[in-house]
Amino acid sequence: MIPEFGHFALILALGLSAALAVVPAMGVARGDPLLMRSGSFIACGIFVFLLFSFFCLMESFLSDDFSVRYVANNSNSALPVQYKISAIWGAHEGSFLLWTLIMGGWTLAVAFFSNSLTFDMKARVLSVMGLLNVGFISFILFASNPFDRSLPFYPQDGADLNPLLQDFGLIVHPPMLYMGYVGFAVPFALAIATLTTGRLDAAWAKWSRPWTNAAWAFLTIGITLGSWWAYYELGWGGWWFWDAVENASFMPWLVGTALIHSLAASEKRGVFKSWTVLLAIATFSLSLLGAFLVRSGVLTSVHAFAVDPTRGLFILIFLVLVIGGSLVIYALKASGIRSEVSFKWNSREAMLLTNNLLLVVATAAVLLGTLYPLLYEVLTDGKKISVGPPYFNRVFVPVALLLFLVMIIAPFSRWRKTGSDRLLRNNWVLFLIAPAVVFAATLLFGMTFEPLALFIETIALCILVLLGKSWRDSAKGGWRSPSASYTGMILGHAGMAVAILGVVITVYYSEGRDVRLQPGDTVSLSGYDFHFESVGKVKGPNYVADQAVFSVRRGGKEVAMLKPEKRFYSVARNVMTEADLDPGIFRDLYIALGEPIGEDAWAVRLHVKPFVRWIWVGGLLVAAGGFITLIDRRYRRRKVKTALAGAAT
Amino acid sequence: MKFGKMKTHRRNRLLLVLFLVVGAGGAATFTLLALNENINLFYSPEQIVEGEAPSGQTIRAGGMVVEGSVVRSETDLGVSFLISDLKSAEVTVRYEGILPDLFREGQGVIARGQLNQDGEFVADEVLAKHDENYMPPEVADVIAEAHEEGKARGG
Amino acid sequence: MTLKKSFLIPLGIFLLLVLFLGLGFQLKDPHYLPSVMINKPFPEFELKDLHQPEKIRKKEDLIGEVALVNVWATWCPNCVIEHPELLRISKDESITLFGINYNDETVKAINWLARREDPYRFSIVDDEGKLAIDLGVYGAPETFVIDSLGVIRFRYVGPVTNEVWQQEILPIVEHLRSSQ
Repeated sequence: MIPEFGHFALILALGLSAALAVVPAMGVARGDPLLMRSGSFIACGIFVFLLFSFFCLMESFLSDDFSVRYVANNSNSALPVQYKISAIWGAHEGSFLLWTLIMGGWTLAVAFFSNSLTFDMKARVLSVMGLLNVGFISFILFASNPFDRSLPFYPQDGADLNPLLQDFGLIVHPPMLYMGYVGFAVPFALAIATLTTGRLDAAWAKWSRPWTNAAWAFLTIGITLGSWWAYYELGWGGWWFWDAVENASFMPWLVGTALIHSLAASEKRGVFKSWTVLLAIATFSLSLLGAFLVRSGVLTSVHAFAVDPTRGLFILIFLVLVIGGSLVIYALKASGIRSEVSFKWNSREAMLLTNNLLLVVATAAVLLGTLYPLLYEVLTDGKKISVGPPYFNRVFVPVALLLFLVMIIAPFSRWRKTGSDRLLRNNWVLFLIAPAVVFAATLLFGMTFEPLALFIETIALCILVLLGKSWRDSAKGGWRSPSASYTGMILGHAGMAVAILGVVITVYYSEGRDVRLQPGDTVSLSGYDFHFESVGKVKGPNYVADQAVFSVRRGGKEVAMLKPEKRFYSVARNVMTEADLDPGIFRDLYIALGEPIGEDAWAVRLHVKPFVRWIWVGGLLVAAGGFITLIDRRYRRRKVKTALAGAAT
Repeated sequence: MKFGKMKTHRRNRLLLVLFLVVGAGGAATFTLLALNENINLFYSPEQIVEGEAPSGQTIRAGGMVVEGSVVRSETDLGVSFLISDLKSAEVTVRYEGILPDLFREGQGVIARGQLNQDGEFVADEVLAKHDENYMPPEVADVIAEAHEEGKARGG
Repeated sequence: MTLKKSFLIPLGIFLLLVLFLGLGFQLKDPHYLPSVMINKPFPEFELKDLHQPEKIRKKEDLIGEVALVNVWATWCPNCVIEHPELLRISKDESITLFGINYNDETVKAINWLARREDPYRFSIVDDEGKLAIDLGVYGAPETFVIDSLGVIRFRYVGPVTNEVWQQEILPIVEHLRSSQ
């Protein structure tokens, strides 16, 4: 009965979502404060039913109810409990239920944490959120119901979760990613709601900022975890592949980053308003587009979900309604917005504009590369191509480099205008010392001199020092400690510099080799001696594995013992490479076992990857920066009086 | 005073538009050039055998790995195997490195690399799908097409 | 309020994008499969029976009435999923099921059927995949509907569920029966 309860709860949630779409909006139209306020209660109901539904699916997994088709397809009685739970979002139907639950959560959050909004505005926002909920929940109910049973006959045991997904990274990666994707629905709803009133003021940007920052920070964590997971589970040591599904998450992040910066300018200076609104729409649209690309099967990717044409069609129609509709509203309403304030080329406004342009160009390039195989196929009647990583590297890296250069000055520029020589005058010592420090560090680590790498490292170092100095100055010179927004901003940029430092050093100085090894062989790489000790069999809960034992020595001293495995999952009948690595602040040692060749020789991949961890640490710092801005006092101040006044009019 | 302000404003705007046009044009050209150089066309074993595929240019090829055709080197990671459309055409693929987990004889694979003078495909990368139930769509098409032609010839 | 044309640009870009997505999506419809085998006679074969290896099965053994031919294997998770529905069809619906055991190990296959019950009148051992190639099979499971003359009339790729049976296979079976 439990799956039926879950299904029924979904139907109730759909009904309530329809009510949320209609009732508060009706309140606005009639000027009825009671109807306007009802939105919060309805949002509460939606979330409760969605949560209940989610728990029903969880219970079906935990109790091994293989009469539920989704459970039978993605679980097995031998599957460890934590993976039974993460298997809920291991395939399309359940992951979309999670998506919907998160949407319900954000709706609830808007209902409870937006006291600074006027009643009128809050009602409008909730109505837009209600409409989106209707779309998502009907998609589940009509095109991908996870509670479907295969009665009266059903399999005795399940087909097991794809072994690739039986991993900690996959437990946390999708929820974070969805928190980001769906979180962008809030600034989107705010933008649409504001457009319908026709009044875009500084208050609108101020409401949007914390929501956007939160969603963006979650997405940052999601992408970082995804990259980390790919590194140790899938990628044979790579950390970014420009795969269609990665791109689908990266594009909303890029535009979301532009949105964050543009919102700052719109709030503080009232500039770029209509542009900011467009970015808010674009960010959420790209999230939806990503969902379409991943779930419709139009693009082939190793990460893509199983393909079903009804689903693709449903999402496509949803895309047209939501994005098309909002762009029509935008075209009609945004023309009236005036934001004409002049600023100098070296002002903070100009810096943010540059940032926006570069990010949008980068997004367009990624979008083009991602969709080009599809375009090509349509235009040439079925000729198939793939766009390789070299394209993305060649197009994206220069733009990223420009962005990074702007980052030296931009965080320290002022609104309206900046004394252009101030930065140089105050920090000339730094600009002289930094290259020397980078030079010395390169010598110390025994690395070669790559001009571009040294250049980028120098910039990263300068940015880090300048950010630190600036933060200290504001803490010391100011009348009180720096605001949370400011600290978050500093930390976010510092995290970016750390990540880029990691990227550059990993790209330029990693060493890797694929070799044929027998027990007893030793290979040297970057000063480490990898000694192949032995191979043996080990048994896991739902797999058997060949396990190799490697000892790694440096200068005769043992630094690590690594045990990479080649696993065979008996139910799913899948072979999986389980790499082993020795993580470190300054380098990772990485061994993956290829196939057995000949008597007892194995194909083995060895990597020494310096600073690779900095990429993910940087990503997490960026996200932390985003979260810290949320505790800023400005966003917590309640505007009860103005809210009441708004409701009365 | 007012006039002066408008003038700067207008100049700013002009500069901005100019900057945008030049920037967008440059970026678009650069992007399309990069795109043109980095697309990898897909060729079936039959197209390769009949000489339709260019040599010395990165392309992709796909088909089923012929049973019993995988030959490994005794000393290093070199490996060669045949890919076939299961009808008429077979192409030798050479690869140096670790094959993916789901690489198996009788399964569909896609290789990225270049054709050499002898008509062999030298792969930089060999891909097998992460799901063993179905073939990569490109390979499925190759086999379906070869099949169709075979029927047409036979009948 | 004046409508500035430049504000229509985003909408234009989006519509163009949707056009391509829609076209590309149509192209990729996975249920659209090359219908080479549809309305063609079932290919000839001479293969062993799974349970009686001394018996050679031929195309003629399949012909006589409207029937289902199901390609299955023990290594295929989706075959486990569709198995209960096939069992139900073999019991409740008056239609014959033939099995093609594709690229498999015979002992495993016999055990697999013994554990789960056998819905097939008989299964053919296609361990080299020759028949599957002639049929243009992509993988397992796949299900074909043949008419009383042994002509292939329908092909379904993927697990047969009750929904698939009701909505896609049953109407064709009924149509074939009524037109004879």
